[in-house]
Amino acid sequence: MSFRDDFDTVIPRHLVIAVAVLLVAALTLSIFAWRMRKTVASTPVTAVDTRPLAPPVAGPTERVTLFVAHDEDGTLRAESAQIAMPSGRQQRAEELLRALVSHYLDKSSPHVLGAGSEVRSVFLVDPGVAVIDVNAAFADTHRSGVLVEELTVASLIHTISANTPGILKVKILVDGKERDTLAGHADLSDFYDVTAVNQLTTQLQPGQ
Amino acid sequence: MDRGGRQDARAGLLCDSRQDAGATLSSKRVLGRLMVVILTLGVLFLSGAPSEKHLAVYSLAANYSLPLVQREGRQYVGLLELLEPLGKVSAKSDGSRWRLRYNNAEGIFQAGKTRARVQDRDTDLGGKFFMENKRGLVPVGSLSSLLPRFLGGPVSLHEESNRLFIGSVATHFTASLAGDNPPKLVFHFTSPVNPSIATEPGSLRMTFSREPLVGPASPTLTFGSKAIPSANYSEGNGAAVVTVNSSVPVMATFGNDGRTITVAPAAAGAAAQSAAPTATPAPGTPATPGQTASTLPAPTPAPPVPAARRYFAIVDASHGGDDHGETLSSSLLEKDVTVALARSLRQELESRGITTLVLRDSDANLSLDQRAIFANADHAAIYIALHAASSGRGVRVYTALLPFGGDDRGPFRSWTTAQHATLPLSQATATSVVSELQKRQVPVRDLSAPLSPLNNITGPAIAVEIAPQGSDVSQLTAPDYQQLVTSAVATAIAANRDQLGAAP
Repeated sequence: MSFRDDFDTVIPRHLVIAVAVLLVAALTLSIFAWRMRKTVASTPVTAVDTRPLAPPVAGPTERVTLFVAHDEDGTLRAESAQIAMPSGRQQRAEELLRALVSHYLDKSSPHVLGAGSEVRSVFLVDPGVAVIDVNAAFADTHRSGVLVEELTVASLIHTISANTPGILKVKILVDGKERDTLAGHADLSDFYDVTAVNQLTTQLQPGQ
Repeated sequence: MDRGGRQDARAGLLCDSRQDAGATLSSKRVLGRLMVVILTLGVLFLSGAPSEKHLAVYSLAANYSLPLVQREGRQYVGLLELLEPLGKVSAKSDGSRWRLRYNNAEGIFQAGKTRARVQDRDTDLGGKFFMENKRGLVPVGSLSSLLPRFLGGPVSLHEESNRLFIGSVATHFTASLAGDNPPKLVFHFTSPVNPSIATEPGSLRMTFSREPLVGPASPTLTFGSKAIPSANYSEGNGAAVVTVNSSVPVMATFGNDGRTITVAPAAAGAAAQSAAPTATPAPGTPATPGQTASTLPAPTPAPPVPAARRYFAIVDASHGGDDHGETLSSSLLEKDVTVALARSLRQELESRGITTLVLRDSDANLSLDQRAIFANADHAAIYIALHAASSGRGVRVYTALLPFGGDDRGPFRSWTTAQHATLPLSQATATSVVSELQKRQVPVRDLSAPLSPLNNITGPAIAVEIAPQGSDVSQLTAPDYQQLVTSAVATAIAANRDQLGAAP
């Protein structure tokens, strides 16, 4: 009895072939994974995720008033815009603020916000409380300064309260969590009184 | 043989006795030389030994100094020893861990580690923590961030001069020239002082080693007088020194229970001294050999420093430590500009006779709540927060944005709307500041702002945000522009002094 006969007897041929195929497949996959890792490592990571959080709303458009901040003279100006508005009260509030923020994302905007800034959601809680939840990029990329932060806060609150009757208090969250300040100055730790913000808006009118 | 043998023996004895005498003489010489060498080395050792460095600590509880030790090129101080005079403190070591408890605050330190955990928050020590004979040693540089967490209040560390100020203890001063012929330089101090005074040709030097004296915005003060052209403020080795430069011999007289020092040409000074009943002859203020015409009057022994002081104005340099504020340019941070502005405003206020405390006079971490707590505890007549910005033009003056109607309940004030009762006075003060800035042609706006800690302050409170007049951010660091703004703010505060002083 030769060695070959012994081998054939101990390990069947099909099993040898299967093991060989598996070894080749494992080797190929390892090379592929190694190459993929190199490719991922060499691809620059985007600083912020600029993909929109919600799909654009389709349907009939409506004329609304946005209160737009202007850094040049530190004012808040009413500007009308034609945007698609859903029927639900909460969804309308969300769309309104998303339209305002998308206005600020434009490079030619008078009050530019950082790339990736988004309003995640707006919650309307009775009686008369609105909670605006912005994403982390909104606050993290926001410029620092008392006036520049105040303009953003006043713009958001006045736009939502002027277009959504019944809102008395507004709370701003960042990524679903409470935060002390927007970017080091504007206080986000407490609820904003809409009447007080309306008075502030008067001070921020052009010519004041 | 006998004769010859005796002679030989005598000669031998003579020789022996000469040798003995020579040996004695030589050993005495060696001993003498050895003594000289030992004495010389001793003198050299004593004179060459570096003087032991100390950290001067000023607090409301006590003023004291602690020895510093050198470790790995840094100066270290025992943390337990530092906190002991200030409150109830205990320490426990467990292997390489060292646990310190001060009143209700706890800190955990690890030997060889550069970070510690105080009040459940990590803090960077800027150097390794050392544990020697169960003593915890921390780098002196870490005290400005470490101590506020234990003490719950601000500290100001002057690291280069080894001086540590805990709480509102700093003694400030102003210097102004009164009269032309003969000129008198009058120093006003916010609390009694008792410096040691030395004169030499061309200058008079006052050394404040026990007083928590802090300097003006600019270390050099000029007076436009030929006799007394300038004065300099410097700090070093746990003391502050004010040097008055003069072209004539001058002398110093004390008045107002040690709160005023008048420096005048010797003849005029003598007249002033005779006119000032509070000035008494100086006990043991040494005159330098070179002095000619000046005498060194002695201060009245300083009365005990009151346990608590009330500053009229508290100036808060916003941000600090880890909180940089706005990055105004690649090399300019808001936190640095606000400190410079705060010092300038203090100088302007004090030159108008308004006692002022700068809440953050170093790069210390100070939370918004801590700032409010400190301002409220001090019952200052006005709180002024300073900010700097690159956007916009000119100055913005803010008061708190509060909800309509307060949340106060009976005698208790709501923390978030503590400003409610004094908001009208804050707004009146802001209006005055705006008016003063307008007089100086500075673009200015008067606004409400959701800006902490304005809403937490129980007394009148405003915030001033300073932006450049044009697009050049570097204007924020220009002394001229800083003074233009701070002098307007100070003038407005001074104009409202009676109104603000009457605030509850």
